[in-house]
Amino acid sequence: MSDKLQSKTPAGAMADKWDNFKADMKLVNPNNKRKFKVLVVGSGLAGASAAATLAELGYDVEVFTFHDSPRRAHSIAAQGGINAAKNYRGDGDSIHRLFYDTVKGGDFRAREANVHRLAEVSVNIIDQMVAQGVPFAREYGGLLDTRSFGGAQLQRTFYARGQTGQQLLLGAYQQLARQIGLGAVKLWNRVELVDVVTVDGRCAGIVTRDLVTGEVRSHAGHATVLATGGYGNAFFLSTNAMNCNVTAAWRAHRKGAYFANPCYTQIHPTCIPQADDTQSKLTLMSESLRNDGRVWVPLQEGDGRPAHEIPEHERDYYLERLYPSFGNLAPRDISSRAAKRAVDSGRGVGPLKNGVYLDFSHAIGRLGKDVVKERYGNLFDMYERITGENPYDVPMRIYPASHYTMGGLWVDYELMTTVPGLYAAGEANFSDHGANRLGASALMQGLADGYFVLPYTIGNYLAPMLNQPVPGTDHPAFTAAEEEARARFQGYLDVRGSRSPDWFHRELGKIIWDKCGMERTAEGLQQALADIPALYEEFRRDLRVTGNGASVNQTLEKAGRVDDFFQLGMLMCRDALERNESCGGHFRAEYQDDEGEAARDDDNFAHVAAWEWSGDPMQAVRHKEELEFEAVHLAKRSYK
Amino acid sequence: MSHQLQDLTLKIWRQSGPADPGHFESYRIDAISDEASFLEMLDVLNEKLIAEGLEAITFDHDCREGICGTCSLMIDGQAHGPQRGTATCQLHMRKFKSGDTIVIEPWRATAFPVVKDLMVDRSPLDRIIEVGGFITANTGGAPDANIIPVPKPVADASMDAAECIGCGACVAACPNGAANLFTAAKVSHLNLLPQGQAERWSRVEAMVETMDEHFGSCTNHGECEAACPKSISIDFIALMNRDYLKAKFKNRKLISQS
Repeated sequence: MSDKLQSKTPAGAMADKWDNFKADMKLVNPNNKRKFKVLVVGSGLAGASAAATLAELGYDVEVFTFHDSPRRAHSIAAQGGINAAKNYRGDGDSIHRLFYDTVKGGDFRAREANVHRLAEVSVNIIDQMVAQGVPFAREYGGLLDTRSFGGAQLQRTFYARGQTGQQLLLGAYQQLARQIGLGAVKLWNRVELVDVVTVDGRCAGIVTRDLVTGEVRSHAGHATVLATGGYGNAFFLSTNAMNCNVTAAWRAHRKGAYFANPCYTQIHPTCIPQADDTQSKLTLMSESLRNDGRVWVPLQEGDGRPAHEIPEHERDYYLERLYPSFGNLAPRDISSRAAKRAVDSGRGVGPLKNGVYLDFSHAIGRLGKDVVKERYGNLFDMYERITGENPYDVPMRIYPASHYTMGGLWVDYELMTTVPGLYAAGEANFSDHGANRLGASALMQGLADGYFVLPYTIGNYLAPMLNQPVPGTDHPAFTAAEEEARARFQGYLDVRGSRSPDWFHRELGKIIWDKCGMERTAEGLQQALADIPALYEEFRRDLRVTGNGASVNQTLEKAGRVDDFFQLGMLMCRDALERNESCGGHFRAEYQDDEGEAARDDDNFAHVAAWEWSGDPMQAVRHKEELEFEAVHLAKRSYK
Repeated sequence: MSHQLQDLTLKIWRQSGPADPGHFESYRIDAISDEASFLEMLDVLNEKLIAEGLEAITFDHDCREGICGTCSLMIDGQAHGPQRGTATCQLHMRKFKSGDTIVIEPWRATAFPVVKDLMVDRSPLDRIIEVGGFITANTGGAPDANIIPVPKPVADASMDAAECIGCGACVAACPNGAANLFTAAKVSHLNLLPQGQAERWSRVEAMVETMDEHFGSCTNHGECEAACPKSISIDFIALMNRDYLKAKFKNRKLISQS
């Protein structure tokens, strides 16, 4: 184990660790908090909630977003809900059960203590969001309603129609807006991080590029939080927003932050299948639809009949058949692979034979159209707008797509990366979901990190720095980073080749999806590790960016992001190749049991792989953080 | 099944920056699948422009799922185009036919200056939220979530208002450039809920007055509701006006008596 990978997990029983940490942590006097500047990059759930809370506490906070407004962050697109161990249903939920389900759902590849803390604070999140006015769904008596989600046998998911992410993000955004209005937070919008600056091994701040003027500028702070989301857009086609990118995390990685488990990517089972070659992104249909929708394909290969002409006995409700106890609510990785196998076996449906059915006719028969409309109306409308088909009349067609990335910057228990003073929160870190994330847990983690973890742990780091001088933006490390960033962006303009950044992104995405997507093999990964560097070489030789660097230039922005996706793509494939086991979202075809389920190798791979930058992603150095399981027993993950 | 649309003419607003007066430029799309979204058609056009060595058209967009509110195009004079209750990113080419000429402009409103081409600055909307579009509830002190029951019809009405995506289509569609639907949606979301009562009157006052600093006045045209991608009702404007009027007469010591 690298000596940098100290998890700093507090002592004590699993249920006491967080309390023990809080009891022992160092505090900053309320009057001294304003002497510390905290830079928060990203304004999604994790970033907005952290920034708002730190400002409430009295810290001097600056927030950076590449959007025109902090309210646009991609957390807004989460549909289904947020988990919390409230047990309002009286169905046997508890902090321990949410903890256990999350560790198991992650295929026993997460750090137990972090997950337990997540389950503990989940209940505070719901309280906090209700107090802020998030209009969660209610029962007729006025109490909060919940529903079930994949990977759980309880109804612990709180929701606001099909727009839970929107409502939670707006809640956090409004708290942030309040602090901006009070002058406690300075907002930098349409500004993108282009480098992280370290001085004597500590994070001293960041360098940004103004997307409107092209100005490159330094910002110094006592601590920096990266809440910059995941890297699912490495696949080009994904459910991520068009502007989601890995740049902030990758630039941090290049400055010494270890990148953990990049091969743990989540392929979401219920997205609308690709319709043609111009497609720019894939649209998710909330997993909550699997509460009432039944997944099936025709029994016969190449069955070209419309769905309603295929009789019941000629349909294969394969999830119900293979996983009777979880049925259509089997976890995402398992459902995705089952869909891939159904389509690969020639039983795909739709014009391109690239989907499976998600059928609501039984639910409509059982509950009536009105109830189905109440539950999923907006999702059905969205499906119809995109496909031109009415899901009340014909079954939806769905297929898996890249959706979320469990991997990310390695962080310790305090969410600090291997660079002191640099934190990573939300999807940008690797910490809580192991090799697979359960539905409705991303919103929970983003808000847990921002509202209830960072505000404590950052104080613990800052307290000893009181009245100590820190490097300002005139430090040579900042000027050097600025120069490098200017040269890099000018470099993209100067190549004057023949292919656009989008063209390269699409080609790169195809390689990663084919070789490092739902199913991986050593042979395929080795091929990808030959193909990606070759394409990257072409990118550096043949890129074409039109326009200039002194006004809005979305082509130039894209070039910088694709550059970083290339380097990350290599690391994803190397990580997948080194991990000689199957676990969660990482499925290596060589490692499966007789029934085709993932075969973990706990003896050799019950660890986090954390990669250290060495100047070239092909030469990155792999370190291990061994995972020790005290509170749960390593078991085969079965949903049968 | 997908079909191809042929021979589209696009008249697109080009403006290199706030100081440039701007102009329309015409572009041709020879063929595009009707499965393509409107923005994917612009992607295709931009790829073509880059291939010809020309600068791509700047336009705001992000989630392409109709929820982030970033996309903002005036299509044939309609904010977000011809399909009701649909943001630009969810508009698909099947709503058009071969041979069509499509005019694409940025949001037109004094409060939204053009940044470049089809991109505008909508930050005055954030200023309205910053003065009152929140419930003051610092992290940490919240009581149990079920301690205050919210009747389902109230929660539903609040949610109807809260669906606003902040795209600014209401402002762009309004002949006066008013932001009343946007502001009313946030005022109503919070003022309807029991949690929002403590700041009900100060909220509406602050938000309406900040709105008036940046935007035009509402004269009940109703264009905003027609353009809203979330079909938010102008009834909320009535609710905001009622609360604003009440707030002006309210004795703040008796604030709990609504």
